[in-house]
Amino acid sequence: MNHKLLRPLHSIPYFGWLLLFVIAPILLIVYYSFFDLSGNFTLGNYVNFFTSTYFKLTLSSFWYAFLITFFSLLISYPTAYFLTKTKHKQLWLLLIIIPSWINLLLKTYAFIGLLGLYGPINAFLELTGLEKQQLLFTNFSFVFVSVYIFIPFMILPIFNALDKLNPALIDAARDLGATQWTTFTKVIFPLTMNGVKSGIQVVFIPALSLFMITRLIAGNKVITLGTAIEQQFLVTQNWGMGSTIAVFLILFMFIIMLLTSQKEGAKRNEKN
Amino acid sequence: MKEILRGAALILIISGLLFVVNIQLNKSGSSGTKTSLTVYNWGEYIDPQLLKEFEQETGIKVIYETFDSNEGMMGKVEQGGTAYDIVVPSEYMIEMMKEKDLLLPIDYQQVPNVKHIDPYFLNLPFDPNNEFSLPYFWGTLGIAFNPTLLEGQTFESWDRLWDPSLAQKIVLVDSARETIGMSLNSLDYSLNSTDIQQLRAATEKLKQLKPNVKAIIGDEVTQLMINQEASVALTWSGQAADMMAENENIDYIVPEEGSNLWFDNLVIPRTAANLEGAHAFINFMLDPEIAARNAEYVGYSTPNLTALDYMDETVISDERFYPDEETRDHLEVYRNLGLELLGVYNEYFLEFKMK
Repeated sequence: MNHKLLRPLHSIPYFGWLLLFVIAPILLIVYYSFFDLSGNFTLGNYVNFFTSTYFKLTLSSFWYAFLITFFSLLISYPTAYFLTKTKHKQLWLLLIIIPSWINLLLKTYAFIGLLGLYGPINAFLELTGLEKQQLLFTNFSFVFVSVYIFIPFMILPIFNALDKLNPALIDAARDLGATQWTTFTKVIFPLTMNGVKSGIQVVFIPALSLFMITRLIAGNKVITLGTAIEQQFLVTQNWGMGSTIAVFLILFMFIIMLLTSQKEGAKRNEKN
Repeated sequence: MKEILRGAALILIISGLLFVVNIQLNKSGSSGTKTSLTVYNWGEYIDPQLLKEFEQETGIKVIYETFDSNEGMMGKVEQGGTAYDIVVPSEYMIEMMKEKDLLLPIDYQQVPNVKHIDPYFLNLPFDPNNEFSLPYFWGTLGIAFNPTLLEGQTFESWDRLWDPSLAQKIVLVDSARETIGMSLNSLDYSLNSTDIQQLRAATEKLKQLKPNVKAIIGDEVTQLMINQEASVALTWSGQAADMMAENENIDYIVPEEGSNLWFDNLVIPRTAANLEGAHAFINFMLDPEIAARNAEYVGYSTPNLTALDYMDETVISDERFYPDEETRDHLEVYRNLGLELLGVYNEYFLEFKMK
């Protein structure tokens, strides 16, 4: 096969794509972030970002993204683990993945009905003798719905990592007298760390910029960087400020990618 | 590898077929009519039956698109990708669009029905002599509430919203001008205030409202009020009318300190391709009988004086939706404050939401 010879030719469309749809837009965003409302060059947008409002916004975005990622991981890891133990694991995996094919907004609207005062969840609470709860428009419901939405994305990489795990290693650990807990903490979890890391990446980064759910489920009681960008572009028409927030968002994402992938490399070296 | 290729080929073939079908459908849809008219309006803001009648009457095919915010609408008109012939912006947006030279003047030779419009709604500051716009609907901003879910609270004054008994009950509009404007009104300031100190005071006062706020959302509020999920909402008169049509417990009031009086207007943007059709459409919508039917369908108040004769007496005598002139004079129309101040309003609003 002459795959090697063809490789440079193959890669032209990819580089073209990257240049047009990844690099050029990012450069444009950086460019716009240096202009004020009347189109003059300014660093004011960056100064403005460090005022209390946007700083608080960034902190709260990170906090909620952390919560969402944490709970997604907490639920997804055991789920993925038990999935690998089931008989028809591909079928079960498919059933878990299917909801992610449904439009995000549709699912969100469904939750408005489910969480409502007269919705099924409250009806169930009443049945069990508990009082009706205001579930919609709370921080809790925001994290809950976001976790629900992100779970498939967290399960998939972890499932793959667990599935590839050589069962002989686990048997060996048992033979050598490790307890179940030790086997998990010393063998299984470290060896599936890569799956966990890519899971964290695909959840944490989009969670930083969630925006429709903040309004529909949290009633704007939770504000994320995504909400702020949307508002700057669509309402205030301050493209400069919107771009500045976007630049910081890209920066944060880049840092997270760097943090999660570097350690991955270090692990690999360790093994070698 | 083979399977992937086969799958890809299958998807390509299916999409190709659908594409051809789509083209065929569009062709057959437009056959027989020579011209078309693209109307860009707010969602749920016209009786669809009237569009069909207009098509039958004039032979012009109407392409109807909707938007959900003035700003989003202007963005699309500015880009000029679609040849919109009729757009329905609010009054402050007309000022902005005039500044950007996005509107075409109306030729009144082609719009004889303008005589039916109540002179009260003509020649307003945002468009002197109605050079570019004609009023389509008007209304107010006020409080919709459901007395059966409340313990006798009433809302003659904006200040009633701050009552501690309303903890976690109020739904606000996710829009800076409306929410900060309400707070400005409650302090007896103008809702077009350009004074930073007044805006600061209004924001601080708004922050104290936070314990009473259940949510800050958009159109979803209509359903929440109908389902009795929410009991108090800051909302526009027509939206309140929608709620009241579905749930008769709901009432609507404009607090006495004053509030916003708004107009949505028919304009012809610079992107227009069918000028004659656009004028014909405006004239058609201003026909008293048509305007009456449209108003009954949409639920907002019509500025068409003659149309009132065709409408239900109980509707037009309802002071909540057709307030008398004295009350109206008490209300304020939004002025375009410029992007700089709009930014300040939104920054303060964000600060309130973050609290």
